Amino acid sequence: MANADIYTAALAADGPSGPKPKRRFSRANIFLYGTLIVVSLYYLLPLYVMLVTSVKGMPEIRLGNVFSPPVEVTFQPWVKAWAEACTGINCDGLSRGFWNSVQILIPSVILSIAIASVNGYALSNWKFKGSEVFFTILIIGAFIPYQTMLYPIVILLREIGLMGSIWGLVLVHSVFGMPILTLLFRNYFASIPEELFKAARVDGAGFWQIYFQIMLPMALPIFVVAIILQVTGIWNDFLFGVIYTKPATYPMTVQLNNIVNSVQGIKEYNVNMAATLLTGLVPLIIYFASGKLFVRGIAAGAVKG
Amino acid sequence: MKLTTKLMAATAMVSATAVSAAELEVTHWWTSGGEAAAVAKFAEAFNATEHTWVDGAIAGSGGTARPIIISRILGGDPMAATQLNHGRQAEELIEAGLMLDLTDVAEAGGWKDIVNPSGLLDSCTLDGKIYCVPVNIHSWQWLWLSHDAFEAAGVPVPTNWDEFAAASDALEAAGKIPLAMGQQGWQQSGAFGVMAVAIAGQDAWLAVNADKNAEVAGGPEYAKVFEAAVSAREMAANSNVQDWNQATNLVITGQAGGQIMGDWAQGEFSVAESVAGEDYSCLPGLGVNEVLDTGGDAFYFPVNDDPEITAAQKELAALLISPEVQVSFNLAKGSLPVRGDIDLSAANDCMQKGLEILASGGILPSGTQTLSADTSTQIEDLMAQFWSSDMSAADAQAKYAEIIGNAD
Amino acid sequence: MTVASDPPARSHAQRPSRLFKNMMAKIASIPMILTALVVFVGGTTWTVVHSFTGSRLLPKLNWVGVDQYERLWNTDRWIISIKNLGIYGVCSMIFTLVIGFTLAALLDRKIRFESAFRTIFLYPFALSFVVTGLAWQWILNPEFGIQSVVRGWGWETFTFNPLNDPDTVMFGLLIAGLWQGTGLIMCIMLAGLRGIDEDIWKACRVDGIGTVKTYVQVIIPMMRPVFITSLVLIASGIIKLYDLVVAQTNGGPGISSEVPAKYVINYMFQAQNLGQGFAASTMMLCSVIIILIPWAYLEFGGKKRG
Repeated sequence: MANADIYTAALAADGPSGPKPKRRFSRANIFLYGTLIVVSLYYLLPLYVMLVTSVKGMPEIRLGNVFSPPVEVTFQPWVKAWAEACTGINCDGLSRGFWNSVQILIPSVILSIAIASVNGYALSNWKFKGSEVFFTILIIGAFIPYQTMLYPIVILLREIGLMGSIWGLVLVHSVFGMPILTLLFRNYFASIPEELFKAARVDGAGFWQIYFQIMLPMALPIFVVAIILQVTGIWNDFLFGVIYTKPATYPMTVQLNNIVNSVQGIKEYNVNMAATLLTGLVPLIIYFASGKLFVRGIAAGAVKG
Repeated sequence: MKLTTKLMAATAMVSATAVSAAELEVTHWWTSGGEAAAVAKFAEAFNATEHTWVDGAIAGSGGTARPIIISRILGGDPMAATQLNHGRQAEELIEAGLMLDLTDVAEAGGWKDIVNPSGLLDSCTLDGKIYCVPVNIHSWQWLWLSHDAFEAAGVPVPTNWDEFAAASDALEAAGKIPLAMGQQGWQQSGAFGVMAVAIAGQDAWLAVNADKNAEVAGGPEYAKVFEAAVSAREMAANSNVQDWNQATNLVITGQAGGQIMGDWAQGEFSVAESVAGEDYSCLPGLGVNEVLDTGGDAFYFPVNDDPEITAAQKELAALLISPEVQVSFNLAKGSLPVRGDIDLSAANDCMQKGLEILASGGILPSGTQTLSADTSTQIEDLMAQFWSSDMSAADAQAKYAEIIGNAD
Repeated sequence: MTVASDPPARSHAQRPSRLFKNMMAKIASIPMILTALVVFVGGTTWTVVHSFTGSRLLPKLNWVGVDQYERLWNTDRWIISIKNLGIYGVCSMIFTLVIGFTLAALLDRKIRFESAFRTIFLYPFALSFVVTGLAWQWILNPEFGIQSVVRGWGWETFTFNPLNDPDTVMFGLLIAGLWQGTGLIMCIMLAGLRGIDEDIWKACRVDGIGTVKTYVQVIIPMMRPVFITSLVLIASGIIKLYDLVVAQTNGGPGISSEVPAKYVINYMFQAQNLGQGFAASTMMLCSVIIILIPWAYLEFGGKKRG
């Protein structure tokens, strides 16, 4: 595993704590690994099925079953999903949505993390009267069903004139990313020794000076975690993307839905699966590349102090 | 339209910039093969002017597209034109002043005289002003039959619903699905409406749908419809598809005997190069009661501040109803044109049948014209529940009568 | 963990007034305050207020009292949605906790290839519900998927077609939902297990308590906070259940896999009955509050800081 060394470096302190297995081929061990392997198969199955289906031709799909390996490998479905699949009279596949997603993603990630990190910093080091109240509202907000908020946000965006633009969507992502990210940063900054902060105050450093010169450099790991969470979250968003944008700026997930639901003649499962995989590729790459950090981010965000 | 162009030209000369071309974003939910081919005709015609058609197709039928369309209009960032079923869906948007008044275009084009049936234009009219362009007539009342399937079952192709129902055992014995039905509420509700017109008759249908008479909805005529729906449900038991065109595809490939679906199914047959009368037949009004409802699609033009866009919107409005575009679009879509004064000799057997019925005046308003979206959705929910469960005819009828009784 | 105790500004000399104390922090928190007050509080209040109106396509303040709620609770589809969410919710909580904990415990037993297994269990979490729904729709497809494969092995009468069977369709969704979500809970549980002192294990071994017994009687009670966090996370995900249903079954067959969130969207936009949609979303909001307020109180409000 490529990320094995990242893993050891990152988590050297907290190794496994369970009871030590006794012998290599004990019955318990066989049971243990057997269970893990069977469960792994369940988790890997959909990925496998999507992959093999996406490289089969339609005739082969209709004859065979979803699990059989392809007899004749074809990359035509991938080409079609990326560049040729039609929605209405536009036949340019997912490619357009990919670039839209990138354009939505970058400002959303930057803005949401910038706001949330400052929030977290203010909440842990500069508490003021009422700050905890706002924070509690924010946390409860994280659990409000989005459907409740859809319509008021349409009205809000109309009032500030951002409806339908990429910036409107960026704002929506920043707002809905704020609760969990603020929590993440607040907990992280709270764990930084207070003496550092106090010393800086004695030296006369102000709010922004301490943030940029002391906190920011120390918080790099948590920034990486936040970036990973936001990139996957925003990339996978469908609901906001479909409501708050327009066809010219549809993100990739919306294009995916368009392609999968535009049945012209017969349902082309291979193209659908290729399109599905293409859309999932970015978060998957982020996930596999970041390895341990992703796991840590999730754990840090959830198991809070 | 000429006047507008002249005005535009004049403005252009004054300002010495000849940029009168506008890009109009048009949203719609036409994404099946036949539909996409049809919408391409609009786009071609519009692109032939100095303007550009920016296609904003949204897949997943009206259910996915409508929220997007409406929230964008409400959000103050409207598209230039959008498909919506005419009738009661857009009333409130018009009342709120969000839709462009097309009365001048309509008067210049003499729409009052050419649109047939005139009810289509009435649905676009509010307080004497016209707000939408009807582009086609769609009727639900069709039963599509696969010749291959009946040949395999060894029975002649039926000529009415009763014969069709009688043939279902033979079809099943031959391994065919008697009735293809997509498992979506709007399809099941549409098929039910068709059976209601055919079996309960026109008067009962009007009493329920136009006058919202709950007694008729709970009465004996409708009881027969629900009985028929129960048997149709059995015939469709093995039809495991979702989308309407997948169900149509079962008929095209001879895996299913028939499908109750609107005339837009015609577009799928022609994309598959099936020939009416040879590969498939169509029975308007289920072969029982030859009337057609005259629903259809219409285009609305949300109000825009930019005068150039407004001018282009009006140009597009006039173009959509112009004779050439009406012919090419409707031939591709399988629907009937909204004007009675054009030659549609290129139309196939099925469309000719429809034109004849239309000419003879066997027409009904469509459900979307008489029922609110709220009521339609409730009926769709009921039908979805009815078709996928073993709900009895009596239970379903009681619930149906209740919805009609509460309809507004 | 503790939060920085006294507001640091207090250590400084007198400030002109309370309002200007900590001024920069307040200015920097404006986005958060606006989000909390305008979007979260304002938006939900707006929705709740409009649920008592007869708004159709456009929001209007034509009061109808509790009519929308009466109709809501008389609608089959809403009742079915609630039942479905109940079935899905209970099963999802139980299975996610059990599977998540079991996998975490297995991984915690000093096994080889731990990170490989962990990677496999967690990767679905990186994929969206739309992708998850489509993949499982395809695997559960009766013509090509599991059913046809097993029949191909010779078991001709084997039937496994949850997505087309109204009685079992929620379990078809559950299979996909568990696939996507258990990895996260496993991760959290694993983090919790790693936080338990090695000495506890030693003590149990000395006392001769078996492994399984140790987990059930000693470890799980110690991990109470981790279980609560997991439960809240699972619960909040369940209430939001929408994308998966739309992608995998779209509420079908019939209305047998409808869920509340989908009811809200459909009635707001398709049926153009905003009042009805708002009434349904207010009910969803109430259930969130019932779940969350006690938790939020314990976590953030109950104990005095500093």
